[in-house]
Amino acid sequence: MKTTVIQFPGSNCDMDAFHVVSSVLGQPSSLVWHTETALPPTDLVILPGGFSYGDHLRSGAIAARSPVMLEVKKHAQRGGLVLGICNGFQVLTESGLLEGALLRNENLHFLCKDVNLRVENSQTAFSSAYSQGQILRIPIAHGEGNFYADPETLSRLESENRVVFRYVGAVQDAEGNPNGSLNDIAGIVNTRGNVLGLMPHPERASEEILGSSDGLGVFESLVSTLAHG
Amino acid sequence: MNYKAKIYVTLKKSILDPQGRTVERSLHNAGFSSVQNVRVGKFIELELSGESFEVKTQLEAMTRDILSNPIMESVRFELEEAVMSSEF
Repeated sequence: MKTTVIQFPGSNCDMDAFHVVSSVLGQPSSLVWHTETALPPTDLVILPGGFSYGDHLRSGAIAARSPVMLEVKKHAQRGGLVLGICNGFQVLTESGLLEGALLRNENLHFLCKDVNLRVENSQTAFSSAYSQGQILRIPIAHGEGNFYADPETLSRLESENRVVFRYVGAVQDAEGNPNGSLNDIAGIVNTRGNVLGLMPHPERASEEILGSSDGLGVFESLVSTLAHG
Repeated sequence: MNYKAKIYVTLKKSILDPQGRTVERSLHNAGFSSVQNVRVGKFIELELSGESFEVKTQLEAMTRDILSNPIMESVRFELEEAVMSSEF
């Protein structure tokens, strides 16, 4: 799985994502700076977490309009895989590759903690390594992860099974929805199924030594999808 | 011709503004009991130069496409001819 991790000024999870794909999974990976106007041959583009452009104007707004994003959009239009994590999810909504928007957390706090996610759709390229309904323990770290979409968009996301990950309480403790997201949405996929955005950080939960490897399945799903079509 | 634009961006009325709600609570605590419906937004100032029609067209496009996100925000602007050296 040839992977390209995009680096914006202020990205800070770029190396974590690069590490998981290249070291943990042994896949060929490269890092590409936001001013580039071409991508190397790639199967997967990762838009990493962080605070691109200092979150100025709106989270992800400036990054979504940076030169490399034109190439990322072309890659997505060709059916190429795109994974946006945290700030990467914000970049995807700002660029129109995914619907909705990510508002300030309802309680106004920056939240940095583990949450429980339920796999709502294990049939996507990003979630096939999981079983339907599986509960994952994965960290979040964001101030603006409160997913919002108008009622029509929201019902379309639900009816088309495009909510891939949802916050749930249960299992170890009952915290549930941390940020006010509508329908407890933590991650969605586009209609075509090749672009996924999620607020939690699977790349920070991909090795047991770090406390959880529940997130590795996202990357394993992608490797498996590309290997088996 | 030089112009000055003032752009006001707020969360849509249909979207809960937790920051506004917190400010409102604080104002109430300080005794300003008449306050209601506090909304916190952004104010952007910029200058443009060019022909009136072109400037207005550009301003409309940039406020709609970049300076605000129509999914969550409302935006309005005021455009006026710049007065030379009006501020220091």
